[in-house]
Amino acid sequence: MSEIDSKVPNKPPKTKSDFSRRGFLKGVGISGGVLSTGVLETEAEAEPTAKVDGPGAVPITLNINGKMHKLEVEPRVTLCDALRNRLEITAAKRVCDRGTCGACTVIINGKAVYSCTTLAIDAQGKRIETLEGFSTPAHPHALTKAFLDHDAEQCGYCTPGFVVAAKAFLDHNPNPTEADLKTGLGGNLCRCGTYMGIRKAVMQAAKEMKSAKVAKGTAHA
Amino acid sequence: MPDTTTPNYHWPPMADRRVIGKSHSRLDGIQKASGAAKYNSDIKPAGMLFGAILTCPHAHARVTSIDTSEAEKIPGVTAVRVIMGPGKEVQWGGAEVASVSATSEEAANDAVKAIKVEYEELPFLVREDDISKAGNRAKAAGEQVTGDPDKAFQEAAYTHEGDYGIPVITHCCLESHGNVVAWEGDKLSLWPSTQNVSGIGGDLGRAINVSAANIHVHQDHIGGGFGSKFPADLWGVEAAELSKQSGGKPVKIFLDRKTELLIAGNRPSAFGHIKVAADKDGKITAWESKTWSTGGLAGGGLSADLFPYVYRKVPNRRINHTAISTNTGSARAWRAPNHEQVSYLTCSAIEDLAAKMKMDPLEVFLKNADLTMREEAYTSQLKKAAELADWKKNWHQRGDSGSGAVKRGLGIGVGTWGGAGHASQCQATIHPDGSVEVELGSQDLGTGTRTIIAMVAAETLGLPVSAINVKIGDSTYPPSGASGGSTTVGGVSSSTRKATVNALDKLFAAVAPSLGTTPDKLEAVDRRIVVKGDTSKSLTWEAACRKLGTNKISESGENNPRTAPREGLNTGGVAGVQIADVSVDTETGLVKMNRLIAVHDCGLIINPKTAESQIFGACIMSVCSALFEERVADQQIGRVLNPDMEFYKLAGIMDIGEIIVHLDISPENDKRGVIGLGEPPAIPGDAAIGNAVANAIGVRVPQLPLTADRVLAALASKGGNA
Repeated sequence: MSEIDSKVPNKPPKTKSDFSRRGFLKGVGISGGVLSTGVLETEAEAEPTAKVDGPGAVPITLNINGKMHKLEVEPRVTLCDALRNRLEITAAKRVCDRGTCGACTVIINGKAVYSCTTLAIDAQGKRIETLEGFSTPAHPHALTKAFLDHDAEQCGYCTPGFVVAAKAFLDHNPNPTEADLKTGLGGNLCRCGTYMGIRKAVMQAAKEMKSAKVAKGTAHA
Repeated sequence: MPDTTTPNYHWPPMADRRVIGKSHSRLDGIQKASGAAKYNSDIKPAGMLFGAILTCPHAHARVTSIDTSEAEKIPGVTAVRVIMGPGKEVQWGGAEVASVSATSEEAANDAVKAIKVEYEELPFLVREDDISKAGNRAKAAGEQVTGDPDKAFQEAAYTHEGDYGIPVITHCCLESHGNVVAWEGDKLSLWPSTQNVSGIGGDLGRAINVSAANIHVHQDHIGGGFGSKFPADLWGVEAAELSKQSGGKPVKIFLDRKTELLIAGNRPSAFGHIKVAADKDGKITAWESKTWSTGGLAGGGLSADLFPYVYRKVPNRRINHTAISTNTGSARAWRAPNHEQVSYLTCSAIEDLAAKMKMDPLEVFLKNADLTMREEAYTSQLKKAAELADWKKNWHQRGDSGSGAVKRGLGIGVGTWGGAGHASQCQATIHPDGSVEVELGSQDLGTGTRTIIAMVAAETLGLPVSAINVKIGDSTYPPSGASGGSTTVGGVSSSTRKATVNALDKLFAAVAPSLGTTPDKLEAVDRRIVVKGDTSKSLTWEAACRKLGTNKISESGENNPRTAPREGLNTGGVAGVQIADVSVDTETGLVKMNRLIAVHDCGLIINPKTAESQIFGACIMSVCSALFEERVADQQIGRVLNPDMEFYKLAGIMDIGEIIVHLDISPENDKRGVIGLGEPPAIPGDAAIGNAVANAIGVRVPQLPLTADRVLAALASKGGNA
């Protein structure tokens, strides 16, 4: 299944076609600092005291939906895999596993992030929100209800990623035009073809979230 | 006098329906959109191990040695299995060579990488677009001739010849193929991702020599299938064997994305040289097609019998097809197998002929509607689609699209499909406390099957949809067919109707004496059992059910495809027409969807809301395949270059334009009964979009997907701008 991933940490890929950004990231195991292939080397040099973890499992604490979770993971484990395999928090789905499709979207410190290209050790000390944290069948979020109303879901496998991405989008863009949302949700893919419903659902939820905010503001005043 | 011996299963008249035909939100929608829905790729039964598969990087190779010793030493590994031992020939890249299970996914992946395999590489063919390079891998199916095509071409007023192509595309299900398997003694639990809850246990059982009765299949949700998820597959076998070798612990194997795209299903390609002729009035008189395609090693690919598509009655025809065997993952059924490709090749050639005749293609499609099997349906649908597209105003002669860099065009595609109900059994139970269960070994692919079953039961029993407890996704329920061929809605709606009518008749019999009447005088309306024509005499649903004492009613109903046609609950055979409206930037080559208009006759629609979603989804799939999707293989190295989601492109939310759906709901259509809708709307889009681009830029872009480079190359071939 994974004959292209490099197995030894820091071992350079054999050929260009063997190169896997994920394998590279997973093999490095540096905690702290933003990991991206472009800045990795300079950051490592600039921080000679950076703690090097791994390759074995290390204890970490993740703040997920306001609750602290202690677990042990190897530094190469992505946040997506930590959520799904270790903590059984499974709304975020692993689909492309390479930061393309958005099915694994979570919110970290208020920003939508692909959890399949975020290392679990790197998510420490940050506020991680998954769909379970803001919407449940008993207390569905306005977006969840709007997705139901506009049938913005079929098989439903991309749906949690879309709902989370839409929440992050609306948190930053409470008054979107439809053109805004087409750009704002461009980082998620659906295979069944539910985009028509999603457009309507997100616009409806935007309205409802806004009026709920106004009502809340009035109540406080 | 009414026949009292045979229950009346007929659908209630349109005007009397309270549930069927009204839009209802899907029952599992909140679960899915809150992340609470558990797919089998989400579950983690106690002690679950992670499985992984080592795949072959070569297109064609013989295993000369395989050494698993290092893999076995990795901490956490519980079992290592060799699938392809020394001497075995691997026939395509991504094929399974060995499997492992381990206590963590990381350990399983490490173990896979630690297996050392030596291969002897063998000659391969991974591309089929150029038939001249296929050599002995090409197998001609033999010529079919009808009428006198040579004479007809000689006498024709207009003849068009053209080349067209549509590449292999992959299902790319978001939930990859896979399963969790566990043993308890000699019994096996299987949690697959399947379109075939009732049948997959038997399929796995045959492969591992276990009786189907000892295999329990569970599946609440499936993350996409589209025709690719019927069999138990090798990953089912491997998970079962790894589990057995690991003391029966559950083993999870779901394919990684790369393997999913390489081996878990694709749609065959179709390439061809088409010749089509018409008389001076634009009546099509002759057809000749020389096509080829690949469905993987087995060749196969395409049913050339379907040429010329929809316009079946072209009097003079010569059809040749060649299947090309390639060293690539095998094709699987794809939402309307054969039809998209055949529609694309046929409708492209017809529009190119119309352009040569300087005729409006709408007129050509209309004028020749008598060559279809359903002249009236296609005539009315073409007219309806043209009206919705404002064809008269927006269509222009090919290429006559103004002086700006961005050109707009319209194009037509047509389709047909069967879609009658599959074999299905339903058990409906009315409990003395008034609760209702309906059980079927079916599955909801996201089409809304669960909701439709509840709606049919609610309609029959005079209850709200929320009062129906739908139980599907378990092999202990009565068997229901695999979800393929758009046969599920017809099957489950008919079996549910019959089971609930039978159960209700039993309830009527139980309560009739206390209402001082006979069972045939009763009806179930608005949560009450009422004496027909005398609303003063009634019982609430709950009071009626209490009369059952301690005995529940449990009745079955069956849809049998052999007897279904005369029962009238479901039927098959639909027509569909789509019109695409695109804008093409002739400087960048980018194609932008403006609108896709879809007109389909769909029989009796149970839930318009989910029916419309099916058509939206199918149209979006067509946008994906017309503009973006292509499995790219390199004949130099024998590899597929884009088994991922960065370079295997799907349309995003901004790429689809507007989709306008016309559900042809009418008494005339309704009386045909329920007809499946998954496949039909997936068919005409490729052709419509290709034709719209040709209309816009004045030249045919022969091969899908219509990427910028292909658009620019086509423009260059006619010497500059449109």
